[in-house]
Amino acid sequence: MKTTRRKFLQFTGMAAGASLLLGPKNTFGAITKKDTSQQYAMLNDTTRCVGCQACERACAEKNCFPISETKPEIDTQRNTSTEALTAVNAYPTDNKGIVFNKTQCMHCDQPACVSACLVNAMYKTKEGPVIWQEDKCMGCRYCMIACPYDVPKFEYGSLNPKIRKCVMCYDRLQEGRIPACSEACPQEAILFGKRGELLDIAKKRIYDHPTEYVRHIYGEHEVGGTNVLYLAGVPFEQLGFRTDLGTIAYPEYTKTFLYSVPLALLLAPAFMLGLRQATKGKNDKD
Amino acid sequence: MNTTNTSAPLYRRVGQDLREFILAELKPKGKLLTPFNIISAPIILLGLVLIVLRFTKGLGATTNLSQEFPWGIWIGFDVVTGVAFAAGAYIVTFMVYVLRMEKYHSIVRATVLNGFLAYVFYAGALALDLGRPWKIINPIIGNSFGVSSVLFLVAWHFLLYMMAQFIEFSPAIAEWLGLRKLRKILGTLTVGAVVFGICLSMLHQSGLGALFLLAPAKIHPLWYTEYIPVLFIVSSVFAGMSIVIIEGTISHRVFRHQISAEHHAKHMDIMVGLGRLAAAALFVYFFMKILVLIHGMHWNELLTPMGYLYLVEVLGFVVLPFIIFVNGTKNRNRKLLLSAAIITAVGIIFNRLNISVIAFKWYAPIHYMPSWIEIVVTLAVVFGEIWAFRWVANRMPVFMESPQWVKHLDREVEYPVPKGAVASINSKTAALQPVKIKK
Repeated sequence: MKTTRRKFLQFTGMAAGASLLLGPKNTFGAITKKDTSQQYAMLNDTTRCVGCQACERACAEKNCFPISETKPEIDTQRNTSTEALTAVNAYPTDNKGIVFNKTQCMHCDQPACVSACLVNAMYKTKEGPVIWQEDKCMGCRYCMIACPYDVPKFEYGSLNPKIRKCVMCYDRLQEGRIPACSEACPQEAILFGKRGELLDIAKKRIYDHPTEYVRHIYGEHEVGGTNVLYLAGVPFEQLGFRTDLGTIAYPEYTKTFLYSVPLALLLAPAFMLGLRQATKGKNDKD
Repeated sequence: MNTTNTSAPLYRRVGQDLREFILAELKPKGKLLTPFNIISAPIILLGLVLIVLRFTKGLGATTNLSQEFPWGIWIGFDVVTGVAFAAGAYIVTFMVYVLRMEKYHSIVRATVLNGFLAYVFYAGALALDLGRPWKIINPIIGNSFGVSSVLFLVAWHFLLYMMAQFIEFSPAIAEWLGLRKLRKILGTLTVGAVVFGICLSMLHQSGLGALFLLAPAKIHPLWYTEYIPVLFIVSSVFAGMSIVIIEGTISHRVFRHQISAEHHAKHMDIMVGLGRLAAAALFVYFFMKILVLIHGMHWNELLTPMGYLYLVEVLGFVVLPFIIFVNGTKNRNRKLLLSAAIITAVGIIFNRLNISVIAFKWYAPIHYMPSWIEIVVTLAVVFGEIWAFRWVANRMPVFMESPQWVKHLDREVEYPVPKGAVASINSKTAALQPVKIKK
């Protein structure tokens, strides 16, 4: 290495080019806050749910899964699985008796699974639903590590395994129909609509019936806001909700690290070549 | 493990047929029935059978992975721990090529080879864990860049770093094959590859930790901190050093006849130097662990079962090896250094498994335990790496001296002599270059 200055400039230029190619805008576009009021969303009112499992049956039928034979019972936790994208559970509560709660993908505004996915297989559509794209997924299961609600499920038994999760019936939405579970619910406990409107409805219900609801809409701010919202008559932790997740959107947790990458690629080579120059002895070649 | 071969240099001589030479080299050298081979060969064979089983029966039939625990020891040990163990390469090349600590030059090739093979084998084991491995190319080809994913960065850095390490090691291959021209070119790429490689290394050592930043509600608060990436990078220093010390001590014995007298004399100095660096890194790491603990304010957790585990990790596998390293370097005691290195390496396995497996969903009623298949495959990967290392070290100039012609070649690169008047008419620059002459 004779022309160190040229080498130095080359390296710095390469590093700068590399970080420009990645670009802060491209890298962090997903993190900027946007208006979600016009996105599709669902409002699950747990005070209306009677645990009839009509939503589960409609979901199984729509996705060609076997219909679940178990019923929601106190003390047994029914989880979503690769063959059941939604599950209803029963919870004993302090002053409202047994309350049912339906779980499925929360369709986060800034999903952990999407920021985890290295191939964009998990994808937040502009309409709101978080979908999974088979042709991209390599089956690393990082989305399952990241999802705070443990929603993505992996077909371990298959040689062509897929990730299964609720996609808010994205195909039905494109045909102008509403999600199967929402359509099937006899209690109108699963309201489908625009997120902004559903938030207004939820707030009005709390305002009109202050004794029936706790003053909290789960999903309004949790993990940065979700497209599935919940109303409840009892504190949410009694219904199996995780209330310790905070309101920080998950991509924020890795943002600092990702920001530091182009910086490191830019500064570290220059620093090291500088060090190499500085430690040069009389008898060294370059 | 040993090679009782002729003492003459084994590399390809001028004019020797390349194909013939390679075919001859493919044959095993040394005794076949050594205790190490008798233990490792069946495990590797069984591992290969199990790998076939994994691809024909699926992950569900061969592993204990579940919806609750999507990552097991194939990620937690093979990838996350294996990469930490490969850190020696970036640290030693940093010392030699950036800080010019020539003392360590003699261990560069062995360390880089070990690092490169570790990446190939351990990170290669990642392909076993992928549910849809035929899509493994997706993060590389352009249609699906998940640029906001830490794993995307880690994948790219893996790939690029493997290439950088291959370039760093490639002069040894050229010397083995007696390819002078190629050796000349490859030799000039080393410094660039080293500098690039160190950057990539630091980023994905920390990146592997940053992967777990996305699971704040699932990893026990004593281990989850926003500083995981920093802790990973600092711990990779002593992880790498401990492996270099262990590998160096074993190689020093196994490849004794290959190592020059000069290198023999310096070996203890090198080990003591590495021990000092490991001790310093352990101290910094301990200090950071304390800071993180104080800032996190989770001391009430210390007196729970998970807290005891944490204390064992920090006191038993950070403070204890630190003390032994300090003593070992002070007294220049080979045994103390080796035991400190082994404790440190076990501690790294413990720490990485804690974050990725043990403290992950510590609240779950039924916790993941690896299946015997997962364990055997992991052992097979480790033994496979050692076999590959031995295969290369027995053939190429890793511990052995480079062939004589390399010295002439290096001098030629250092002080180029214009190729007479005819050549210099065409290349103006060559004519303008002052010709340095070594006295």
